Amino acid sequence: MATATDAPQGPRSFPSRSNRGAGGRALRWLRANLFSSISSSLITLFLILLLGKMLISFAQWGIWDAVWSVPGNNTGACRAVRGFGACWAVIPEKFRFIIFGTYPYDEQWRPAAATLIFIALFYLSSRRKLWRRELVFVWAGALILIAFLMWGGIFGLSYVSQDRWGGLPVTLILATFGLAFGFPLGVFVALGRRSKLPAIRSLCVLYVELIRGVPLISLLFMASVMFPLFMPDGFNVDKLLRAQIAIVLYAGAYLAEVIRGGLQAVARGQNEAADALGLSYWQKNRLIVLPQAIRHVIPPLVNTFIAFFKDTSLVLIIGIFDLLTTAKTAIIDPAWQSFGIEVYVFVALIYFAFCFAMSRYSRHLEAQGR
Amino acid sequence: MTTSTPELRLRRRLRLSLRDEKVKGLIWQVVVVGIAVAVVAWLWSNAIHNLSVRRISTGFAFLGREAGMPIVDTWLPYSPKDTYLRAFLVGIVNTLRVAAIGVVLATVLGTMIGIARLSSNWLLSRLAAAYVEVLRDIPLLLQLLFWYVLMQGFPGARAAWNPVDGVFLSNRGLVLPSIPIEAGQLWVLATAALGLMAFYLLRRHSIARQMQDGRPRHVWPYALTLVIVIPALVSWSLGVSWTVTMPELHGFNFAGGWTLSPEYFALLIALVTYTSAFIAEIVRSGIQAVPRGQWDAAVGLGLRRSFVLRHIVLPQALRVIIPPMTSQYLNLTKNSSLAVAIGYQDIVSIANTTLNQTGQAIEAIALIMLVFLTISLGISLFMNWYNARIALVER
Repeated sequence: MATATDAPQGPRSFPSRSNRGAGGRALRWLRANLFSSISSSLITLFLILLLGKMLISFAQWGIWDAVWSVPGNNTGACRAVRGFGACWAVIPEKFRFIIFGTYPYDEQWRPAAATLIFIALFYLSSRRKLWRRELVFVWAGALILIAFLMWGGIFGLSYVSQDRWGGLPVTLILATFGLAFGFPLGVFVALGRRSKLPAIRSLCVLYVELIRGVPLISLLFMASVMFPLFMPDGFNVDKLLRAQIAIVLYAGAYLAEVIRGGLQAVARGQNEAADALGLSYWQKNRLIVLPQAIRHVIPPLVNTFIAFFKDTSLVLIIGIFDLLTTAKTAIIDPAWQSFGIEVYVFVALIYFAFCFAMSRYSRHLEAQGR
Repeated sequence: MTTSTPELRLRRRLRLSLRDEKVKGLIWQVVVVGIAVAVVAWLWSNAIHNLSVRRISTGFAFLGREAGMPIVDTWLPYSPKDTYLRAFLVGIVNTLRVAAIGVVLATVLGTMIGIARLSSNWLLSRLAAAYVEVLRDIPLLLQLLFWYVLMQGFPGARAAWNPVDGVFLSNRGLVLPSIPIEAGQLWVLATAALGLMAFYLLRRHSIARQMQDGRPRHVWPYALTLVIVIPALVSWSLGVSWTVTMPELHGFNFAGGWTLSPEYFALLIALVTYTSAFIAEIVRSGIQAVPRGQWDAAVGLGLRRSFVLRHIVLPQALRVIIPPMTSQYLNLTKNSSLAVAIGYQDIVSIANTTLNQTGQAIEAIALIMLVFLTISLGISLFMNWYNARIALVER
């Protein structure tokens, strides 16, 4: 029923009186949204002042007084503007190191290609049309290809051990492999937590609550310090892999909770109908319950992915060269020591680009689901 | 005998069949638990072997030894000659003090931004949305390092930024005026706290009476008397002086006043701004979850806007807000462990130093986990209690 009382939400549109044309509409919009009352007008003016002041001082620091390039490592020009001007010269100077870490310089097209494959993989996985079984094979193929590019050692590519990997590819590897392995783990744990078998249920509850109750750092410490203690003699696992295992375990616990929410949202009748058809437990979950459950929780899943992508930066604390660690290391160089802000702003933009794309996507999915 | 009827025999055979749900369940459980136990036992035996090879003794005996680690920023009295146990306590207090203050500030800031996002003022709501989007999409650790580097770039104590008299912001941190608390002041504060409790009981009583006869009662004169007038009288009769100590520059540092170290300050800012972005979203969706009809009906009754917000909308919104808020508080507490990256000596940082000094990796990490599990449990219990209190009471 569309009656006159159904006032539209958000900016209110007044019936056109004397205002005609774009100018009048703009004025009306201003009045309705910025100057609707005295207090609103005061807030608007205050915010305009504040914003203007901030923008001007930022522009002064970041553009007008900034130094964009310096000859070689001679940072004299940058030092001269210290405190009031940015030194963007640090970015081109350290760009390759921040993005690729200590990967051999001449071979850096390989991590670059791996990064592009990652991005293509994310893009493909976001297309609803491509949500089919074959996507699993695409993922497996892409991950193998990335491993091949990063390690090399065959087809004429020189071998690069993972101690030399660094920067953005490492961040993407930690996040992506963490999810690729954490997701199935999460599915099993979520099923286990809803199982009728008490021993399995309590094991799953113990796992989820234990992991969620402690900070990720303590898990990473465990991986870096305690893990070697728990392994037999002479059995050595690479540091990156150890951190990866910790992230998988961490991701598994959080994803399990999200998926459990989806399982709870599947109508009981679906389970009962599957039982009535004589499907086994695994058949029932694989064919009937899980597809519906996961569809329910795709937006929160994407939000969890964003959280993990950000959380991978914690590996800095155990000394793994991800994007944030390379940034931090880049400014250890005495010549560039005092330009940390510029480097962090640059890296923040990279993280922001990934997370913002994902959060936009999640919102888009939510809007579609409604 | 009845046991030998063919029907029962058939059933007994079925019970032992692999197709029986119960048997299958039992086998599954035995297999999974068996694997879990075997893995843990294997890891444990490896650990025992490795520790004996490296001559590291297990157990918590090291807690009684002298720590020998300096801790700069502490509330408890501590010197490097104290034991590891004492150092751990200092670390726990440091964690709690950043978490507790962080939770309060993040709630206040987050609520303000959440309400600003719903403002009818376009500019205000857009700015609030931008704040939320930017802070949520950048890793907390990066933000923390950013604040810390920014703070290190501040001028030294001599050229400190001095916005208000007695407040100094420099690379030595934030220095604020303070009031030295001694026995006299403690008495006055205790009286005020007692007065607050008495007022709370009184208010409950008067609300109960109002429920019976419908007459509202003014409680604010009692509040004034109990919380302000009586403590003031106590203060006057004891002759307590409330002098404010202004920080002063002595050489290269400040004397007097209350100093927040740059590490503490950076950690607090990072935690508060980051968490407030999430809290803002929770508050916004909580308020939006209250149906519009509630507003319209209350306004239709002629109630004031502030009254509607306080007594009609917020109590309903809180029910939606509290559970996700709990997990944000837990997140903030767990995230305070990032302190180790900038050298604020919280429990994780101190455990890490201990681990490096003594090699007691298992014990140190177990202590970190124990502390955080206890804090998490405490926050969860408190928030569950609060949630139960404000939950909808149905007939």
